[in-house]
Amino acid sequence: MSEREPLFSAKNLKLIREPLGSSNPITVQVLGICSALAITVQLKPAIVMTLSVIAVMTVSSVVISLLRKMIPPRIRIIVQLVVIATMVILVDEVLQAFAYEVSKQLSVFVGLIITNCIIMGRLEAFALANKPWPSFMDALGNAFGYGLILIIVSFFRELLGSGTLMGYQVVPNSFYEVGYANNGLMVLPPMALIVVGVIIWVQRSRNNDLVEQN
Amino acid sequence: MKSYSNTYIFIFSVIMVVVVAVLLSFVAMQLKPLQDLNQEIERKEDILASVGEAEDVSDVKDKNAFIEQEFEKYIADSYVVDFNGETVDRDAFEVTLNIKVQADKPAEERLYPVFVYTAESGAHKYIVPVRGKGLWGPIWGYMAFEPDMNTIAGAIFDHSKETPGLGAEINTSWFEEEFIGKKIFNEEGDFVSIGVLKNAETANNPHAVDAISGGTITSDGLDDMLEDYLVGYMAHFKEKGTEN
Repeated sequence: MSEREPLFSAKNLKLIREPLGSSNPITVQVLGICSALAITVQLKPAIVMTLSVIAVMTVSSVVISLLRKMIPPRIRIIVQLVVIATMVILVDEVLQAFAYEVSKQLSVFVGLIITNCIIMGRLEAFALANKPWPSFMDALGNAFGYGLILIIVSFFRELLGSGTLMGYQVVPNSFYEVGYANNGLMVLPPMALIVVGVIIWVQRSRNNDLVEQN
Repeated sequence: MKSYSNTYIFIFSVIMVVVVAVLLSFVAMQLKPLQDLNQEIERKEDILASVGEAEDVSDVKDKNAFIEQEFEKYIADSYVVDFNGETVDRDAFEVTLNIKVQADKPAEERLYPVFVYTAESGAHKYIVPVRGKGLWGPIWGYMAFEPDMNTIAGAIFDHSKETPGLGAEINTSWFEEEFIGKKIFNEEGDFVSIGVLKNAETANNPHAVDAISGGTITSDGLDDMLEDYLVGYMAHFKEKGTEN
């Protein structure tokens, strides 16, 4: 505590940058896959989900970090769950009051943020042992890293599966007239896994550090 | 790592739970009126949408006021009937708001609200709410009928938990538009409802629409919902259809 670290020091920025790429929660740590499969059929729910996860994650991280010296280790998992669950309910209530349409679209998946392993994983691994500001940056980075993949996956799934983006038709009707058809498989959950797999493949072929040495 | 006494852990948990409970109840109480209002507006919007009114609200600044005003303007009359077609002295909108209570009862005991839409030309359409079960949760909708009480003039469906892209497609216009012009009575005048079928030859079949690929259970639920809920209106519809 002797020296004040600048807010956006290289170390802190790294906390945001790394989860977007080389330690991405979905493609590298393979966490939070379940929700990534469920809500990436269309772009819009994926974006709102990203925003909700960002809100839940940053606030829970900061809260846990502030309480880190008071939380008895024996019940820390319970405390983390309570904080996350509280945040999720708050987000859900606020969405229902101020963004009713969107909250209807996300339906169960908002509640399922509670079970998103990324959030608890970061609380346990980072926020419990670090000060609030780095915890905030770490949470933000991981939530963005998660959201980035959601948005990429849902972009391809909506485009190829429904021919739309954000609900607007982008594949021109003339394509359909000459025999182009939407890929129904894209709408189904297994394709999300395959798209995530392709992203992991692309990422690994570009970044050899991620490839395990035998 | 510091060790904590059981007393500390106990007190910590109690304080944490109390703080969280107070916070959540406070927020829930504060937001409740807004959430209820959203629901009321949504019902009104859906009722209007089933007859093709107030569909585009993207340009409207105060959506709530706009919907209220349009609802007042077009839905001049409403009433509630029972299974036997007798009029019941209840507020139709209030019954619709609490339709869950009705849907949980057997068809014979439910109250059935009817909203009368009056177009600018003076023509009437009759809107009824329906509610049933999808795959993950409830589904509901509003069906608008022409004055013959047989031909569907419009339909709006919605759901709370169906899977996006699959069952959730029931609230998209391509699906809802399939219902327009379909008939719920066959030529002998018997109630046949509307089937939500796979590969329905919809062009030739006036009593069926195409189901949603990948949303089979939701489609089946919708099929059941229509049959189960509309049957309760039959006594009233038959009477009203002859009257009109």
